[in-house]
Amino acid sequence: MHVPDGFLDAPTSVATGVVAVAGVALALRGARNELDDRTAPLAGLVAAFVFAGQMMNFPVAGGTSGHLLGGALAAVLVGPYAGVLCISVVLAVQALLLADGGITALGTNITLMALVGVVAGYAVFKAVLLVLPRRLSSVAPAAAIGALLSVPAAALVFSLLFAVGGEAPIGFGKVLGAMLGWHLLIGIGEAAITGLVVGSVLAVRPDLVYGARGLFGDRKLEIRATAGGAA
Amino acid sequence: MSNRRFLVIGLVAALLIAGVASFYASAHPDGLEYVAQKTGFLDTAEDSGAADSPLADYQTKGVDNERLSGGLAGVTGTLVVLLLAGGLFFVLRRRGEPETE
Repeated sequence: MHVPDGFLDAPTSVATGVVAVAGVALALRGARNELDDRTAPLAGLVAAFVFAGQMMNFPVAGGTSGHLLGGALAAVLVGPYAGVLCISVVLAVQALLLADGGITALGTNITLMALVGVVAGYAVFKAVLLVLPRRLSSVAPAAAIGALLSVPAAALVFSLLFAVGGEAPIGFGKVLGAMLGWHLLIGIGEAAITGLVVGSVLAVRPDLVYGARGLFGDRKLEIRATAGGAA
Repeated sequence: MSNRRFLVIGLVAALLIAGVASFYASAHPDGLEYVAQKTGFLDTAEDSGAADSPLADYQTKGVDNERLSGGLAGVTGTLVVLLLAGGLFFVLRRRGEPETE
């Protein structure tokens, strides 16, 4: 769902740029509490993996394709703040090096895929975990459901942005309907990949999975309070 | 599984996806592009300012073989992301235990 330059007008692009900068600044502060010597390398790997995953477009019905957005995946594996940073780095490299997603649209793409993707994906993940039994085997399905809904959430926000600042005069309902329909389908692929990857990491190193903290044995379980915001 | 082994397996998987498997990815327009086409706003898209980048559109400039050109772009992109994100997280992390690195 990389937005190219030109879809949205300048004021809207500036506004999403401001939102993106604020979101990334918050994430830079928050990520400190999610990362330590053990999990920082995993977070770097997750960013690289999301970049690779985004290259694997999978076919969806009727001549359309979709690809992993990775917000829910990154948030569950390394935490929501670090997740925002993972996706933002991926989007910046894509825009600047690979001409994938516009440069003036980078703020829009960070807002949609890094901020909305992570926040929606992680919020749904946490909500589903509350409903499911409190055990490790609930984590991958909850991550998959978070991933499933994170994609239409980003599509919804794009439709709203397009209604406000789209450069072509097309009815909101028409864009929204098409965006939600297709991206719900793409969300199924997002859910499958996210569930599979989270499940695989849980199988070998459950201790590295941020979203599983407190859900598995007492093996090397550390309570990391780190003196609140003082750190 | 040791940390090192886990990270190496993960990185090899990412490089194989970006460098090899991506050649077989679907070439259909993605959801947004398709909707833009169908509802009629695709032609408002402008060329990216990075369109002249040596790796623009996941092809390596000067490499004619399509498989190699795309694979190189994928591997390069993956490593650039790994370096940038890895460096950022290395700086941001809480330094733990006396086992300083």
